[in-house]
Amino acid sequence: MKRDISAPDWCALAVAAGALVLALLSLLPADGALHVPAFAVGLAGKYLAYALLALSVNLVWGFAGILTLGHAAFFALGGYTMGMYLMREIGSRGVYANPDLPDFMVFLSWDHLPWYWYGFAHLPFALLMALLVPAALAGAFGWLAFRSRVSGVYLSIITQALTYALMLAFFRNDMGFGGNNGLTDFKDVAGFDLHQPSTRAGLLMLTALVLAGCLVLSRMILDSRLGQLLVAVRDAESRTRFIGYRPEHVKLVIWVFSALVAGLGGALYVTQVGIINPGEFAPGNSIEAVIWVAVGGRGTLWGPVLGALLVNLGKTLFTGLLPELWLYALGALFILTTLFLPRGLAGLRRPPALVAEITPVDSEAPP
Amino acid sequence: MNLLYLDSVSVTFDGFRALNELSLVLAPGEMRAIIGPNGAGKTTMMDVITGKTRPDKGDVLFRDTDLTRLDEPSIARLGIGRKFQKPTVFEQLSVRDNLLLSLKGKRAPFAMLFARRTSQEEARIEEILATTRLTPHAGRQAGALSHGQKQWLEIGMLLGQDPELLLVDEPVAGMTDAETMQTAELLRDINRSHSVVVVEHDMEFVRALGVKVTVLHEGSVLAEGSVEQVSANPRVVEVYLGR
Repeated sequence: MKRDISAPDWCALAVAAGALVLALLSLLPADGALHVPAFAVGLAGKYLAYALLALSVNLVWGFAGILTLGHAAFFALGGYTMGMYLMREIGSRGVYANPDLPDFMVFLSWDHLPWYWYGFAHLPFALLMALLVPAALAGAFGWLAFRSRVSGVYLSIITQALTYALMLAFFRNDMGFGGNNGLTDFKDVAGFDLHQPSTRAGLLMLTALVLAGCLVLSRMILDSRLGQLLVAVRDAESRTRFIGYRPEHVKLVIWVFSALVAGLGGALYVTQVGIINPGEFAPGNSIEAVIWVAVGGRGTLWGPVLGALLVNLGKTLFTGLLPELWLYALGALFILTTLFLPRGLAGLRRPPALVAEITPVDSEAPP
Repeated sequence: MNLLYLDSVSVTFDGFRALNELSLVLAPGEMRAIIGPNGAGKTTMMDVITGKTRPDKGDVLFRDTDLTRLDEPSIARLGIGRKFQKPTVFEQLSVRDNLLLSLKGKRAPFAMLFARRTSQEEARIEEILATTRLTPHAGRQAGALSHGQKQWLEIGMLLGQDPELLLVDEPVAGMTDAETMQTAELLRDINRSHSVVVVEHDMEFVRALGVKVTVLHEGSVLAEGSVEQVSANPRVVEVYLGR
């Protein structure tokens, strides 16, 4: 089982190195030939945040067989916690110059901060919440769903309902999260001006490092005995029960870990995109994430990362050229991948993990 | 003291009585063969013992423990292992890793996360590989094994689990005659240190086991005794041959 450097680790290295190069080039003088414009850095950062979401979907779909159609909910929740911090960070520089209340609350004539906004003036607290809130929701949801042995298409439908319900809730003004408009107009993060190229370069690097870290951590989990058990649960769940495992616990562990990764992705996404609104909970977003994973190749750690980057790059280019055709192109991509590349782009590189280890022994009966 | 005790167990599916007042007692260390025509309730009985199906009424005891209150993992941890009719192994994993997962011991997710392969585990796996004659195939993906090899791997996984009681559902289905006889030998071997319940259609195999036979019919016990006794029983002959 020992390898020199595994594919996920190479992928992590490539992501970090690529982001470093982009970040450094963006800091060159603007008239230089190699200068990378700020919007490209922002885009790259956004793609990497999406790659975190893709990794997260892949962990549960590719390795535990749970087809989630609501993972963008965890991503958006992570985004909202970060957005709340960024709102508080605006302070008295808002349109209404209220040092305590974000603009939308002043506009709604609220006179004090709701209790659930307490603490979000501090970055460490917000970061903790970016992990805890998605994990808590995933924990409660997963515990109920897996314990009741809800699986397959039924589980997929419930995940859709989950994200849809959250979307409706966040659309309401009296929820206290900015309603329809969401949270935006951010000024700075941890004292760094969000509009400075150096801050954007730093955020891109940070996103790349978090993605690389999550890739390596995921690889370690999947290489462990728990990873083997995960595959066993995916392929023959009831069998694991009869040898004494509780598949619902195994699924819950990876489900919550996956929600943590998605939440981190969302938090990094918001700092770089500059806005979070209930649209991020839209069921379509979760389905898009599933498409990135399918295109990249589920069941390998690096495939979906590549899928997220390529599909989103395609989306940026395509929606610029032929905006009205993008959804057809995305749909076609999904259908074509399913038909002709069931293992996604990763499947082009090599057969699935263990086939390579099969020694050519005739399938004779036991002697 | 009985190892397994079933008393007037009934299970109904949509009005169909799969088990009808079934009573069965197994002594510690015993091997028992269960035969019966299709629909006699053999697999349902296994499901009841392993917690997959809850009986409508009746007692199911493993030593002193009431099995009707426990779920599958709890019953498995208590010491009851099961081999399915259709061989179910973890096809994507290697033969060796299939055995590793089956080994008695760690079951909690976080313990699994930090588990390292110990030399004891390695030794035990090698031992099981040898017993089930799978040593040359240890590194192969389980999904690539032949049908008979998968059956043996599943029996090997039962050995790894090291349960007090093994429930074995049609272990020789789809095996050649030679494999069938080897499997009988293997089960007799296993019976030296474990109690075993074998469900099987193959009368040659049951004869080779040479143990007490229970005949099920329409969810109840029709006859019990040696192979010779039950095959001489006119009711058994009628159930099997005539209608």
